[in-house]
Amino acid sequence: MSLRLYAIGYLIFLYLPILLLPLFAFNDSTIIAFPLDGFTFRWFVELWDTPALHDAVRNSIYIAVLTAIFSTLLGICAARAAAKYEFPLKRSIMGLIMVPLVLPEIIVGVSLLVVVVQLLQWELSTWTVVGAHVLICTPFSIAILNGAFQNMDTSLEEAAQDLGETPFSTFRLVTLPLVMPGIISSLLISFTISLDEFIIAFFLTGAEPTMPVYIWGLLRFPQKLPAVMALGTILVVLSILLLMVAEYYRRRGLARAGLKDKGGFL
Amino acid sequence: MSGPIIALSGVQKYYGDYHALRDIDLDIAEAEFFSLLGPSGCGKTTLLRTIAGFEEASDGRVTLGGRDMKGVPANKRPTNMVFQSYAIFPHLNVAENVAFGLRKRGLAPAQKDAKVGEALTMVGLDGFGDRAAHALSGGQRQRVALARALILEPKVLLLDEPLSALDKKMREQMQGELRRLQRQVGITFILVTHDQEEALIMSDRIAVMFDGRIAQVAAPQELYRRPGTRQVADFIGVMNFLPAKASVSGAKITADIAGLGHATLGVDQCPGGAASGAVHVGLRPEMVTLLYYVEAASGETAAGTVAEQYYYGDMTFYDVALAGLETPLTVSMKNVVGRPVLERGAPAVISWDPRALVLFSD
Repeated sequence: MSLRLYAIGYLIFLYLPILLLPLFAFNDSTIIAFPLDGFTFRWFVELWDTPALHDAVRNSIYIAVLTAIFSTLLGICAARAAAKYEFPLKRSIMGLIMVPLVLPEIIVGVSLLVVVVQLLQWELSTWTVVGAHVLICTPFSIAILNGAFQNMDTSLEEAAQDLGETPFSTFRLVTLPLVMPGIISSLLISFTISLDEFIIAFFLTGAEPTMPVYIWGLLRFPQKLPAVMALGTILVVLSILLLMVAEYYRRRGLARAGLKDKGGFL
Repeated sequence: MSGPIIALSGVQKYYGDYHALRDIDLDIAEAEFFSLLGPSGCGKTTLLRTIAGFEEASDGRVTLGGRDMKGVPANKRPTNMVFQSYAIFPHLNVAENVAFGLRKRGLAPAQKDAKVGEALTMVGLDGFGDRAAHALSGGQRQRVALARALILEPKVLLLDEPLSALDKKMREQMQGELRRLQRQVGITFILVTHDQEEALIMSDRIAVMFDGRIAQVAAPQELYRRPGTRQVADFIGVMNFLPAKASVSGAKITADIAGLGHATLGVDQCPGGAASGAVHVGLRPEMVTLLYYVEAASGETAAGTVAEQYYYGDMTFYDVALAGLETPLTVSMKNVVGRPVLERGAPAVISWDPRALVLFSD
């Protein structure tokens, strides 16, 4: 009984702040406070009429897509090498690749700024953000893909070669389909990380802000706050949809491979 | 038939400092059922993988059908393999698995389907084509793996401990089926196994391996009756080793055997070569008879006591202590009607035939 109470309390603690988002997004008042006023779509309409926001969202999605692709490609190479080959200092190298996972982002952001602006003397742009996001997302991709590659029986690849396939066609016909759930997970997770990453983007962004940087800019104007709530609501709904799609593919992958479902997101 | 289908000469394999295959010379004939038998780590799987092309020999020559295989990758060799884990592709169904190797043959879909159907019929999996790979039992996976390899009509089929994952009943059934299949398709099968019984049942010839070396190559009966070394004799079945003093005189060897007394052996009873001095003489438990009132003595006899008794149901094994012999002699007797099971401490007379003895120089 007490365990159930604890679980309910925990869920309220986790989700109450997020539940407040839609509440105030549809509230007909510029002040974020109870009691609520009437119901309105005005904040969503305001979002629709803000071109600067559209540019920021487009910019963020562009960066997130590129980041997801690059970090997943790097992750595939690293995870495949770790699963298939023995090389000197393998453990240390794999460990070092994972370090950005635990480095404070503020440190990474500042040092990257120094490197890019002072040492390389590049101009800050969308591409510097992409580069930095690939740096922080690759460890996540490697961690996810490592699992996928390690779980695969190496005799499956040997069997394909034994049946006449070249190493390349073996990768395409056997390895790739079997690690596909891992690749989709890696793409989705690095996409999500990049999309809402603020600190590094704040340091390295050029003339075009990303969405989190733009939202941060909005906070200086209290009358814009309900619009931010509306934007947040849309993002929460999109995130849940995305997660459900990812989970659907994960379960389908498991069923096809005939594996038992152990956990997952939902 | 022209020459062996597989010929290995002077094959060596090193992993760093580890010498995995030592000086392997082996000829395997066409349509032969050949087994590589040995304890785990003896190099039998490495040898099979060297033939398949998954490992490159560090030195020596491997020829398949008269063609030197140096630098030829696994996908270009006329061999196909059944893996220990079966390696059924989990994302494909049974028919897609079986048809996998046909991709590069450029067959019309109808031809392909016909071939897949034939292959599935051959292994007794008619109508299983649409099954998902994970919906198969161990024995069925094994059959899919066989069909997938045999559909390509390889010159040699390689089997890496294919039955070790099956339960006893299933294993015995598959042993018979593999043998039948090999006769039916008429190609060379090379089986890797650590199970001596399995090797004896299925093979035309067996190579016994220890520590990366081939200790003996022989047909099952010869291997069992006349093992070349004590190590081989110890690995195949059960064998008593009795210390003895031997002296060679012409084509005869006389031996003074601890516990059994004097015996005369022919040179055919010394497969590892005749030797004088301190030797060992091998005697299989079933070649010794415990004399009850129903048994008549054949050959020599000796008297002793039952030191221990092991009842197996169909058989009883006895350890019989004999005067002058340090470790008791193991004797096996079939449990037939009218033959009682002797208890520990009972006096026992054994009878043995000198023709069953094997002499080992070490």
